[in-house]
Amino acid sequence: MSRYTSVTNADLQEMLAEIGLDSVEALFADIPDRLRLNEPLALGGGRAEQEVYEELRGLAGANVSTEDEISFLGAGMYDHYIPALVDSILQRSEFLTPYTPYQPEISQGGLQAMFEYQTAISELTGLAVSNASVYEGPSAVGAAGYVAKLENGRRRFVVSEGVHPHSRQTLATMAHGWDVEVIEAGLADGRTELPALDDDVSAVIVQQPNFFGVVEDLEPIARAAHAAGALLIATCDPLPLALLKTPGECGADIAVGEGQSLGNRLDFGGPSFGFFAATDALLRRVPGRIAGETRDVDGRRGFVLTLQTREQHIRRERATSNICTAQALNALGGVIYLSWLGQAGIVDLVTLMLQRTAYARERLSRVEGVSLLHEQPVVREFAVRLEAPADRVAARCREQGINPGYPLGRDYPELADCLLIAITEQRTRTQIDRLADALGAAVAAERHPAGVSA
Amino acid sequence: MPEASYPEDLLYHEEHDWARIDGDSATFGITWYAQDSLGEVVFFDPPSVGAELSQGQSYAEVESVKAVSDVIAPLSGKVLEVNEGLSQTPETVNQDPYGDGWLVKVQLSEPSETESLMNAADYQASLA
Amino acid sequence: MSAEARWFTAAADDELTIYERSKPGRRAFTAPELDVPERPLDELLPAALRRADPPRLPEVSEPEIVRHFNRLSKRNFDLDTGFYPLGSCTMKHNPKLHERVAALPGHAKLHPLQDPSQAQGALELMWRLQEALGEIAGLPHVSLQPSAGSHGELAGVLLTRAFHEDRGETRTKVLTPDTAHGTNPATVTMAGYEVVKVGTDASGNVDLDDLRAKANEDVACLMLTNPSTVGLFETGIEEISKIVHGVGATLYYDGANLNAIMGICRPGDMGFDIVHFNLHKSFTQPHGGGGPGAGPIAVSDRIEPFLPLPQVVRRDGAPGNGAHGPYYDLDYDRPKSIGRLRGFQGNYGVFVRSYAYIRSLGAAGLREVSEVAVLNANYLLARLRREGVAEYLPAAFDRLCMHEFVLSGAPMKRELQIKTLDLAKRLLDHGVHPPTVYFPLIVDEALLIEPTETETKETLDHFAEVVAGILREAQADPEVARGAPYTTPVRRLDEAAAARRPVVRQPL
Repeated sequence: MSRYTSVTNADLQEMLAEIGLDSVEALFADIPDRLRLNEPLALGGGRAEQEVYEELRGLAGANVSTEDEISFLGAGMYDHYIPALVDSILQRSEFLTPYTPYQPEISQGGLQAMFEYQTAISELTGLAVSNASVYEGPSAVGAAGYVAKLENGRRRFVVSEGVHPHSRQTLATMAHGWDVEVIEAGLADGRTELPALDDDVSAVIVQQPNFFGVVEDLEPIARAAHAAGALLIATCDPLPLALLKTPGECGADIAVGEGQSLGNRLDFGGPSFGFFAATDALLRRVPGRIAGETRDVDGRRGFVLTLQTREQHIRRERATSNICTAQALNALGGVIYLSWLGQAGIVDLVTLMLQRTAYARERLSRVEGVSLLHEQPVVREFAVRLEAPADRVAARCREQGINPGYPLGRDYPELADCLLIAITEQRTRTQIDRLADALGAAVAAERHPAGVSA
Repeated sequence: MPEASYPEDLLYHEEHDWARIDGDSATFGITWYAQDSLGEVVFFDPPSVGAELSQGQSYAEVESVKAVSDVIAPLSGKVLEVNEGLSQTPETVNQDPYGDGWLVKVQLSEPSETESLMNAADYQASLA
Repeated sequence: MSAEARWFTAAADDELTIYERSKPGRRAFTAPELDVPERPLDELLPAALRRADPPRLPEVSEPEIVRHFNRLSKRNFDLDTGFYPLGSCTMKHNPKLHERVAALPGHAKLHPLQDPSQAQGALELMWRLQEALGEIAGLPHVSLQPSAGSHGELAGVLLTRAFHEDRGETRTKVLTPDTAHGTNPATVTMAGYEVVKVGTDASGNVDLDDLRAKANEDVACLMLTNPSTVGLFETGIEEISKIVHGVGATLYYDGANLNAIMGICRPGDMGFDIVHFNLHKSFTQPHGGGGPGAGPIAVSDRIEPFLPLPQVVRRDGAPGNGAHGPYYDLDYDRPKSIGRLRGFQGNYGVFVRSYAYIRSLGAAGLREVSEVAVLNANYLLARLRREGVAEYLPAAFDRLCMHEFVLSGAPMKRELQIKTLDLAKRLLDHGVHPPTVYFPLIVDEALLIEPTETETKETLDHFAEVVAGILREAQADPEVARGAPYTTPVRRLDEAAAARRPVVRQPL
């Protein structure tokens, strides 16, 4: 008996007697002998809780986290401060351990939280309808593409090169099964340059701010897409939406994005959540769970999963998506965080990041061997060009306890000397100054190595 | 409509749809049995005016809370009119499936297809 | 009515939303002081790019947020509080250790784009989890990338497509049993294939004759789960594998029911090419009210080249530094890969918990999980029979079940005039989550019951007694169940109104 099961010998005897069998072995009589394992799985023995804890602690110790270095890494996930109340609420059994709310009468806590989350996302994106979450950012872009294809049946997506590489790759993987061609729109001076669109374009997909941190001008893109009869899908970094003209206002049909910055851990890339918002006209095509308001038999307000006929468990092969388990707990973290920031606070937070980013850009552009890749408006992230390979510069900075940002050469081979630098509210002026010094020293050392080790 | 009913003046298709013939046009809808099986109708997704329907093929969808159902065309023809009122009150399909709950009006293209449909008595018998 | 009111009832009335609690000027967050020179906003972000008004988010202080969500939480039933015999969901206990280890900053605060040399703990954990899952499945090559079961299914079907395309073949159909979970056909369509259903025979297994008739060279794949969604082992699995492989198709295993067979037999040995795991089912990731989860996949040698990238690999020494000793890395050099299915590496926080679970239990512990899961299910079935429940809720298949079983409420509906839905709603008044209802589709008024291995015999006895009690109550007065629940925070909700005129956000 392990610590998680409770069948004593006495229980076992009574239970077998009730079933009418002699042994546990007899329960598996249906399994052909040929398939039965004769040896234990090669997984080793079970361990006491403290031993498992020690092992997991050891593995954690072999990771350099944002507590161990000053990190300017961004590129889709960001080192924000998560207030203590998020964890204390998410760790409540009543939020952590229930199932999907198929029995709404005993799930009003979760369903109401979903409704509050949907309202917040609708406000951020300026679009009428939000669902209760999808897995994360890049697959949300894929899901949005699927909706566009179902909506207009056309066979081409035009995707900006400024869309996160992971989103473009995920879309390409998913679109392979839909017989949809994906073509890329390049960037000019950091902003999307749309080609002429014909009437076989299903959707235009851009990122806001784009992967290089640059704020796109969405309105003309929306006009061009609609003139061609295509949908505009905007994949957005949610916090900058506190200041930026919303995708809805700019004319986007669908806004999706990565929700990690909203109260969720970095967790080496997941779990987080993706948000998915759309115009009212697309309501019945939106994938995933949606919580809706209604009344009970006594007239009380209550919430239910609604429009379930879109979903796999009813519509099956004609569903708007195959999503079943989503990211309810992570989305709950999102709405708690947004409530904590509040209407005034989110503006303060993003304005702080905007000012510090401006300071960082200006400070770094004055460092010998460092120049800005673009001069376009940014909110909390920007790219610099170095006069040395970015990978090697980053390795030197890391030795000083500073992770200076993401070397872009991994995704854009022509930018192997460029870094993408993210500023969150946790990056102070002092840290930015240190970054400037470290970058300067690292670039200089790379250009004039003086017997340095490999 | 709480009580099962199958008006005598209609023709019925085995996929639980009815047709009311009016010269060379007809009105289509779903039968009492269909709306009862579906439960409370919450949404009707109609075809466009001018769409071509083929007998035995799905031309629309009707949704309840727990199910989606294809609506099968009992006869072939071109859609003249769609019941717009159902977008506001889809539950009319349950309350009055043969009257205000009609789905589409169609210009028949193959009137002889009516010979393949059942009368009320045969359809009711087929449900047993 | 015997149920006690266990619910928080300070006001059995509406709970205000967080927006309704807001008041202009209240706030919980104060930004750090501006420590850089302040530049005019227009200079940094032209007005044409800015929104005119901020998003209308709540305006509340910290105590209000805490109180709001705490009050909401008390309107939820949850697994830490009570029994969830939800068939196909494997609602087993979520060990508390897992939250402690997942919260360690070395795991929780690790950026996904951290250089692999500085993330060796994470990559090693992922590699070891891959090895363990591969061992459990009997298929050596694992990708942890998919975010949930249905995402794993999509991966599996896309892998199948890549496999056939690599051999120059175009196939258009995928077979699924008529008992399949809805995610299976939904996935098939998303992957660009046509669904063809295969029938189930009277003993609850895949109808082999129907399978033979439908398996041909236009079929890319058969998606199956074993035990099936009716809780029965596919005794003909080897024959099924022969038929499917005989036409050159792949055999896909939906791992939702893995809880019945761990350490007892392995899908790889049964002939499956691709297996997905639901880490939020057998591997204890908490359900969180609807996620997160994870859906890793394990595949055979012939499917391995197509696995998503990046793959977590173990090398002998870090690239370029000549040293030896294991080095864990992300491998992108996979020319035949189907590509990415999501950002970064997958739901690492879920991997930490599942890995801790597998290390806690070991081989013997996992085997015990399946033995007790199957024991508990058969015991519950027998116990329900003893209570006389079978007259109204007979088992759909008169066989030994595995980790779950299906009852049919059709006789109950006929004789007692209450439906499976009504029984489920009345169970709520007894502080028990109902089983899965109206699934699988092939059983009329279905009730799919999976107790899992972490429940005590007393809990199972209580459940059987409660069900019997509800049936007796219905014999006396069916109206009681039809009007249930009575003691929950809200009673039956008008789902039709919610679907007709959807209100999916608070108007502000």
